[in-house]
Amino acid sequence: MALTKRQWAKVARGVQYVVLVLIILTIALAADWGRIQSAFFDLDVARGMFPEVITVALKNTVIYTALGFVFGFAWGLMLALMRLSSVGVYRALAGVYIEFFRGLPALLVILAVGSGIPLAFPDTSLNRYVAIMIALGIVSAAYLAETIRAGIQAVPRGQVEAARSLGMSPAATMIWITIPQAFKIILPPLTNELVLLTKDTSLALFLGSTLAQQELTQFGRQQLNESRSLTPVLVAGLCYLIITIPLSQVSRRLEGRAGSVAPAAAGRGGG
Amino acid sequence: MIVEVSELRKSFGSLEVLRGINLDVERGQVVCVIGPSGSGKSTLLRCINLLEQPTSGTVTVNGVELTDPDVDIDAARRQIGMVFQQFNLFSHLSVLDNLTLPQRRVLRRSKGDAVDIARHHLSIVGVADKESAMPAQLSGGQQQRVAIARALAMDPEVMLFDEPTSSLDPELVGEVLGVMRKLAENGMTMLVVTHEMAFAREVADRVVFMDHGVVVEDGPSEQVISAPSVERTRVFLARVLNPTHLDPLS
Repeated sequence: MALTKRQWAKVARGVQYVVLVLIILTIALAADWGRIQSAFFDLDVARGMFPEVITVALKNTVIYTALGFVFGFAWGLMLALMRLSSVGVYRALAGVYIEFFRGLPALLVILAVGSGIPLAFPDTSLNRYVAIMIALGIVSAAYLAETIRAGIQAVPRGQVEAARSLGMSPAATMIWITIPQAFKIILPPLTNELVLLTKDTSLALFLGSTLAQQELTQFGRQQLNESRSLTPVLVAGLCYLIITIPLSQVSRRLEGRAGSVAPAAAGRGGG
Repeated sequence: MIVEVSELRKSFGSLEVLRGINLDVERGQVVCVIGPSGSGKSTLLRCINLLEQPTSGTVTVNGVELTDPDVDIDAARRQIGMVFQQFNLFSHLSVLDNLTLPQRRVLRRSKGDAVDIARHHLSIVGVADKESAMPAQLSGGQQQRVAIARALAMDPEVMLFDEPTSSLDPELVGEVLGVMRKLAENGMTMLVVTHEMAFAREVADRVVFMDHGVVVEDGPSEQVISAPSVERTRVFLARVLNPTHLDPLS
């Protein structure tokens, strides 16, 4: 009996399901669940992490992210305006900065700021929060500048012309008309950048810190060393997801609302 | 003379769009500028408030020479209201805020004054009930009337209209032209680039016909539209007034 194309497709799909179920069953039966549980999810170890994982680690991750973002946004806005300036030197300087820091690993910048500054100026005691804010801000500003620039350029020309025709100065037009509209356009990529920055705070691991300054990754690693179980890493990971998944959802919803108005802003790929 | 345009030239690259325009508008006069697309009408209007920088020639509005490089262009533009084909309402602001923001930032009016003046002008153009709406929630005709109110709230000496009804659905054209007619009757000086010949004939004091960057004919509206003295004007008007006749003059 010859099968039609559609029937063949049905059979093929059935075979795939069967294979998938077999693979899952094999893994489930062959695995040593007791061992996996003690390695990845030891409840006692997990319980021992509370409340510090929230009150210290998660809190610090949020603080580092927020500080880095505020500094990065302010500096990025500045760079974007320089990039759009009619003064060629500003344009060139901003361009070099953006290319430079987008081309470097964030970790290198964090090391340079966190370790380099104390080495160069041994007398100054650089507050750790400030060091991370500066390091993350320096890097994220380069990405944010390109996003903000794209947003500013996506504001329709007619909006600027209307403002100027009403007698508003170029600066007033930028502050009251262009930037608010650009901000609306770039809200989705901006939220995306916040997710990436949240993950980048983990790089603070390489600066070393007191217990009170630990963020999620550091906290997870320290507990990992003490407990000889991967559980702390899993818990830390879940804490990241508590922040990043809602943010990504918000970003996606904003993107849907913005529709085709949103520019293909120059976001950052991967973390 | 409230507007004096003298020997105005404007080139985009190698393309000369305006080739020596002379045009005077008296206070209280309504002047319609007509002509085929590409004739330079819109560019002329945009040169009058310096949205386009003229290549040469002078523009003087209310005694201030705008083409003087030392002039405070923002101050000069306060005298000139502009209404665009695409309305250009500030899309992130409510109707009321569209009117109050420029008043407060440019004229430094208090919030209370700005709101009072805004409401006054919104009611003149018949959209008082829409003050808290966002521009995107309005019809094209309503948006354009708000745009006219926004310009009027700045107390301009002269109003420029750049094809104000060209992007409207046909049934919405009337409400905008009605507002403009009322404005003209109240003595506003108006320079209107338009394809609405009935409006030009009935409301304008003067009609200027432009073609290929020059003023071809300039005279009382009834005379230019009904009895044009130049052949090119006659051909253009015949085509515009009888669009179903393929070539009525041949």
